[in-house]
Amino acid sequence: MQFPKYRLVKREKVSPTFRILLPFIAVGISFIFSSIIILIAGKNPITSIYSIFYGALGTRLGFMETLVKATPLILTGIAVSFAFTGKFWNIGAEGQFYAGALAATYIGISNLNLPKPIYIIFLLIGGFIAGGLWALLPGFLKAYLKVDDVVTTLLLNYIMIYIVTAILEGPWRDPITMWPQSAMISPNAEFPRLFARTRVHLGLIISILAVIAVYIIIKYTKLGFSLRATGANPKASNYLGIDVKKTLLLASIISGGIAGLAGVGEVAGVHFRLTENISPGYGYTGIVVAMLGNLNPFGVLLSAFFFAIIITGAHYMSRATGVTSFIADVIQGITLLVLLAMLIFYEYEIRRVE
Amino acid sequence: MKDILTVGFLIGLLSATVRMATPLILATLGEVICERSGVLNLGIEGIMLFSSLVAFLTTYFTGNLWLGVISAVIVGALFGILMALFAVSLGVSQHVSGLGITLFASGLALFVYRQTIGTPIVPPTVETFKTLTIPYLSKIPILGPVLFDQYILTYIALILIPIFSFILYKTNFGLSLRAVGENPEAADALGINVYRTRYIALIIGGALMGLSGSFFTLAYFNMFLYGIVGGRGWVSIALTIFANWDPKRVLLGALLFGGIDALQLRLQAIGFDIPYQFFLMMPYVLTIIVLVLVARNALAPSSLLKPYKRE
Repeated sequence: MQFPKYRLVKREKVSPTFRILLPFIAVGISFIFSSIIILIAGKNPITSIYSIFYGALGTRLGFMETLVKATPLILTGIAVSFAFTGKFWNIGAEGQFYAGALAATYIGISNLNLPKPIYIIFLLIGGFIAGGLWALLPGFLKAYLKVDDVVTTLLLNYIMIYIVTAILEGPWRDPITMWPQSAMISPNAEFPRLFARTRVHLGLIISILAVIAVYIIIKYTKLGFSLRATGANPKASNYLGIDVKKTLLLASIISGGIAGLAGVGEVAGVHFRLTENISPGYGYTGIVVAMLGNLNPFGVLLSAFFFAIIITGAHYMSRATGVTSFIADVIQGITLLVLLAMLIFYEYEIRRVE
Repeated sequence: MKDILTVGFLIGLLSATVRMATPLILATLGEVICERSGVLNLGIEGIMLFSSLVAFLTTYFTGNLWLGVISAVIVGALFGILMALFAVSLGVSQHVSGLGITLFASGLALFVYRQTIGTPIVPPTVETFKTLTIPYLSKIPILGPVLFDQYILTYIALILIPIFSFILYKTNFGLSLRAVGENPEAADALGINVYRTRYIALIIGGALMGLSGSFFTLAYFNMFLYGIVGGRGWVSIALTIFANWDPKRVLLGALLFGGIDALQLRLQAIGFDIPYQFFLMMPYVLTIIVLVLVARNALAPSSLLKPYKRE
């Protein structure tokens, strides 16, 4: 008897529908793997996953909370995807997030005598600059001294978090509670809420504007062209007369700046102060968001919303089913791996051969 | 300040330096083997964290330290296979697949710990390895207590350096490994199986990372903490560059960083008028400085980051 043989055959062209469909298939498969892990933990995967989605989308409060969580993820996701487009391996969005949060808090607790809109603009500029500078350092080291960007951006995360804890346990320690957290920022620096009785704040609009801005930069500007060319082939870009070094520096500032804005939003829109654990790893999740979004700004928007569902829903699920909310971290890791494995289908397809 | 200049302090510092260098030696050797075959393994941080948990849980439930070590090594090797699946078989981005493995393994470590141990007020502990005092040799002044009164895992790490140097430069397998890392097409033409060689490299590398992880929970600490590895995997990536991908040179870098780690702990204890976090960040700052110094002359294996596709 002859068994049918299947082979990976190089694709002529990837259909656009397939390109859009692929992340959704990846998400589906990653839920199957996650279910197996929940099953091994002795819990019911179907009720667990159902309660993730119910907790995140089933009620008005849950849905609004998902939007709150999506806000920083859109920003870190777009920050990472912008950097990755130019093959600047910015794994440091976590540190840049904290840099932005630190700057926003400093401006916020300084109680400047400013009208609200101007105060908020100060906060945004301060956060963008702080995050941008924190990313510029590894960008500069890569461009001019050939220092590996993966390692430097990662290590700078740890350094920034130690700086933040040093400040919070030292000069900024809350004089009222004595907790390692800053004082409350000025009410004039607080982001306005978008809907009554929810925590959804101005940051959501800012994050969507950032998506549009990055889309325009990548698609229509010289910087965007240089970035894409550098990402595709840095050597050839040099011959084309593209200033690869300058592109890298600009990319690092913009990427870090956007990640910094995520930190501003969490301080000025959600907590109104800086705490040691203000980010549950938004910077790292940003990497998964960027990849699942196919490094496309609008794809990032969707995938950030998806991971916001997972993170928000996981807390609800944890209370409802007793599966720890760390399942959200497991799902993130699995989704990224499954997606990567499936990227092979961009290049190849399974064909039956005789 | 007077406390720093005593012989006792110096011996304590040097002994701690060798102790703290242990996980870095093991993990860096693992990364060197992976990268010499042409694969950057950024899964290192997550593999170390998850193996440290597996080592801890195995020992906690069986009471046997060696079962803990062995299970960590096996789990590390399995993650090596997973990394190979992505980097070698599928040939997708090594950067992203490594990060994916770190995210997955770290998330899984937190999940498994919380699901098996829960959140007790007093975290569970294990009886760790005792230091193994080598008779006679440990009596040598200064050198004795520094080198011959260490954990058995430390001795293993120190012995593995010449062993891996030998494997890499003096055996057929080492030759294949280097050939595959430098020029896979030529290696293939000579009849070396590129895929298999890379798989073996990633399995050995993963096993070493697992062994490194077990040191944290079975020797260095007696419990599992979420931040127990704390970026030492990333430091090992930097040490790989610092060592110029040569096992022999792993020792120097690991001792340097072990020394900084040991020193910062002691400076914290003395209590300067500086926030202790500045001591904690010293190893990371130093890593970046060292990277800047060596980056210009670093000569990575030529096929690093390039997947091999046989035509």
